[in-house]
Amino acid sequence: MARHHLTLKQFGILGMIMLCTPLGDACLARGMRQMPPITLDHPLQLIQAVFTPWIALGILLLIGFFSSYITALSWADLTFVYPATSFGNVVVALLARFWLHEQISVSRWAGIILITIGVTIVAQGPPRTAHTEEQAQ
Amino acid sequence: MNTHLVTNPWLIALTVAFVILTSTTGEVLTAAAMKSIGDLDLIRAKFGMRGAIIAVVTCPTFFTGVFFMAVAFFALLFALNHLNLSFVGPAVASITLLLNTAAGKFFLKENVDRRRWAAAVLVCIGVYLLAH
Repeated sequence: MARHHLTLKQFGILGMIMLCTPLGDACLARGMRQMPPITLDHPLQLIQAVFTPWIALGILLLIGFFSSYITALSWADLTFVYPATSFGNVVVALLARFWLHEQISVSRWAGIILITIGVTIVAQGPPRTAHTEEQAQ
Repeated sequence: MNTHLVTNPWLIALTVAFVILTSTTGEVLTAAAMKSIGDLDLIRAKFGMRGAIIAVVTCPTFFTGVFFMAVAFFALLFALNHLNLSFVGPAVASITLLLNTAAGKFFLKENVDRRRWAAAVLVCIGVYLLAH
């Protein structure tokens, strides 16, 4: 595999993907827990949920994620970008440990290490392989 | 405290499977669209932000992908309303990761070699462990 050459800006875009996803999901989860039970008989309640503060904040973060995500997909493979989204969970866990001083179990540390190794393995390769093959032909 | 959690295992599996399938379809179609559009940074440098936006919004595949991602989003909201985030989050994230890796290889013709497969499996297990 050839070495990749990501610019600082492209690393910044991957960083945005990593941060916006878990924060957005956490806001959505908090918002939906405050909603009454939603049944398939009344699907429009899901639309109403969009206008509650936590869900709205979650959606703003997910818009930030999505714009970064499609930008990254324009110069990198899906299999390069997608693992980066999971690294956001590591960021949140580390913030919880060192900022909020929460305890992290051994299995969670193992999870953090595995995700970090996985993302590092992908990051070692070129961001766009399909393009590389086309160029080679 | 949530008082409306679903306990029927089939309904749980169906809900999570629906989120995963619509999400993967959306991701793959969006990735295919962005691949066909080309590097947005280069387009923006050449034609400005307006040119980059026009390049994206005039791509039908992009909107099909966004449609499936929107369906996945509302399905996720529904799932979060009935299931724990600690279950839904890792289940969706880890299985979607593996499906996206397979879809990247077979539909997007990406070079998913052993390293990318190994990375996908490691991240998948890591996400599961992190949530438990």
